[in-house]
Amino acid sequence: MISFSLNDTAKAFLLSIAMLIAVLGAWELATPAAKSAGELSEYEMLTGGGGQQASVPAPSQVITKAIDELSNPFYDNGPNDKGIGIQLAYSLYRVLTGYFLAALIAIPVGFLIGMSPIMYKALDPFIQVLRPISPLAWMPLALFIIKDSQASAIFVIFICSIWPMLINTAFGVANVRKDWVNVAKTHELSHLKTAFLVILPAAAPTILTGMRISIGIAWLVIVAAEMLVGGTGIGYYVWNEWNNLDLTSVIFSILMIGIVGMVLDTIFAFIQRAVQFQE
Amino acid sequence: MSKSFIEVTGLTKRFPAPKGGEPLTVFENANFGIEKGEFVCIIGHSGCGKSTIMNILAGLDQPTEGGIVMGGKEVSGPSLDRGVVFQNYSLLPWLSALKNVMFGVRARHPEWSRSQVYEHSQKYLEMVGLTGGAEHRKPAQLSGGMRQRVSIARAFAIQPQLLLLDEPFGALDALTRGTIQDELTRIWSGSEQTVFMITHDVDEAILLSDRILLMTNGPYARVAESVVVDIPRPRDRAEIIHNPGYYKIRNHLVEFLARRSKELAGNREHSGEPPVTVRPAKDDADDKERQSTSRPKLVSIAS
Ligand SMILES: Nc1ncnc2c1ncn2[C@@H]1O[C@H](COP(=O)(O)OP(=O)(O)O)[C@@H](O)[C@H]1O
Ligand SMILES: [Mg+2]
Repeated sequence: MISFSLNDTAKAFLLSIAMLIAVLGAWELATPAAKSAGELSEYEMLTGGGGQQASVPAPSQVITKAIDELSNPFYDNGPNDKGIGIQLAYSLYRVLTGYFLAALIAIPVGFLIGMSPIMYKALDPFIQVLRPISPLAWMPLALFIIKDSQASAIFVIFICSIWPMLINTAFGVANVRKDWVNVAKTHELSHLKTAFLVILPAAAPTILTGMRISIGIAWLVIVAAEMLVGGTGIGYYVWNEWNNLDLTSVIFSILMIGIVGMVLDTIFAFIQRAVQFQE
Repeated sequence: MSKSFIEVTGLTKRFPAPKGGEPLTVFENANFGIEKGEFVCIIGHSGCGKSTIMNILAGLDQPTEGGIVMGGKEVSGPSLDRGVVFQNYSLLPWLSALKNVMFGVRARHPEWSRSQVYEHSQKYLEMVGLTGGAEHRKPAQLSGGMRQRVSIARAFAIQPQLLLLDEPFGALDALTRGTIQDELTRIWSGSEQTVFMITHDVDEAILLSDRILLMTNGPYARVAESVVVDIPRPRDRAEIIHNPGYYKIRNHLVEFLARRSKELAGNREHSGEPPVTVRPAKDDADDKERQSTSRPKLVSIAS
């Protein structure tokens, strides 16, 4: 049984590698070498005529670029030339700040809503209206009121990550098994102790699900937000490299966005597993 | 007549009417008492209101009318003086068996040090025979019998004046049930605790209790009879069936459940009367033996 599942894992791994090689190989072959500019591919014509900068780079070029960038990720040569590490750090700083502030509000308010059916009914219409608004729609208002692009980006992250956490916390708290609340009652626990010792651990898996969804959305939104506000961050970097027609850098940064997103998700998956319990 | 340790007076529970229906009166004007240190079982058909009575005793539910006085104090809410063991164990699934017991002990003795809490909890886990690594497992990794042991250990460890058990062995196989019944009797007989237990198992009730309350079918259920179990302790499950009183009590109980619980159902003629005391085994038990229904010391069964 175990060796069977190990085999499956190994098979899946080999299959992944094979697919990667196939895709990269096809991509490499489909990309005309920069020197043989005689025949223009369809894409080169579309992107403006086969100039060396504008052509879609081959994977080998992207890998060379990646090695180059990652060997010195934190250099800083002025506003338009910072290492990928610095750009990612700016983005992560904004994401984590906005996200943390959102959690600070969403979890206690979610608790309140979950505990009180009246509060749930009272706040529900506001949540239903505010939740479907694209976080970027808040940007002009945020820029006008806060008058600071950095803080506005953080606000946008705040507003997009608050809803899944709020809704999941409320749902988790409202659905804590009555038996467990009765255990707290028969042990004469105070409201505060009941909240921390019984309701929080009971609702933790649901809350963590909300937190995991939120961090995923926050990471999606930060790229778009930084494209709008500019200055620093991975979103700005992508846009800036596009303006420079440096597609190698664009593809490289897309890859980095994916990897950082995956790492964030893995961390939350890990915490989620830690608070999970079996009934 | 002297007041009992627990006085149930005029207890009535009505559930509000579902849409278009009449309110459901589970029981009305119930009156009975329980003495200190007594082991009382309550038997009745499913749905007659046993759990409702117990939840009111626990303070988890409020009566529509009437009230309960325990040790001279009105029961007005849940309290550590009344420990509860639910049918579905109600352990906190994210805590290990040991931590579940420690949770109760810490609530009871917030001033204790960690090691005091730990030792006290371990002691009670040992009493129910849960040691050797099993105490570090989460409830989901324990069998039903082990979970119920943890639940009993948690309830006993807070040393409540009254222990309430709602069909605690209902979901267990006969063998496990027997072992835990023995453990329960052993722990109880070494303590001062009063026990109020719901069961639907006639033999279990005779084996464990001093007195058995019989409830008629609902709605308007009544605690109609109080059957005294005149069988000396310590009782052994293999020996007890040879006691001449055993089948007299058993037949009385079965007859009540099979016939009279239905006949008396909904009869409000005797509403408000305390249960009739019945002693089916009395004629056979000589006086000396009857005196020994007072509880034995723990040493007497340790041999
Ligand atoms: N919350 C409730 N609302 C309405 N009816 C209830 C509620 N709880 C119990 N009942 C009814 O009260 C009666 C007694 O229930 P219960 O005390 O659980 O019975 P038992 O434990 O003796 O099987 C049943 O008819 C049940 O349907
Ligand atoms: Mg019941």
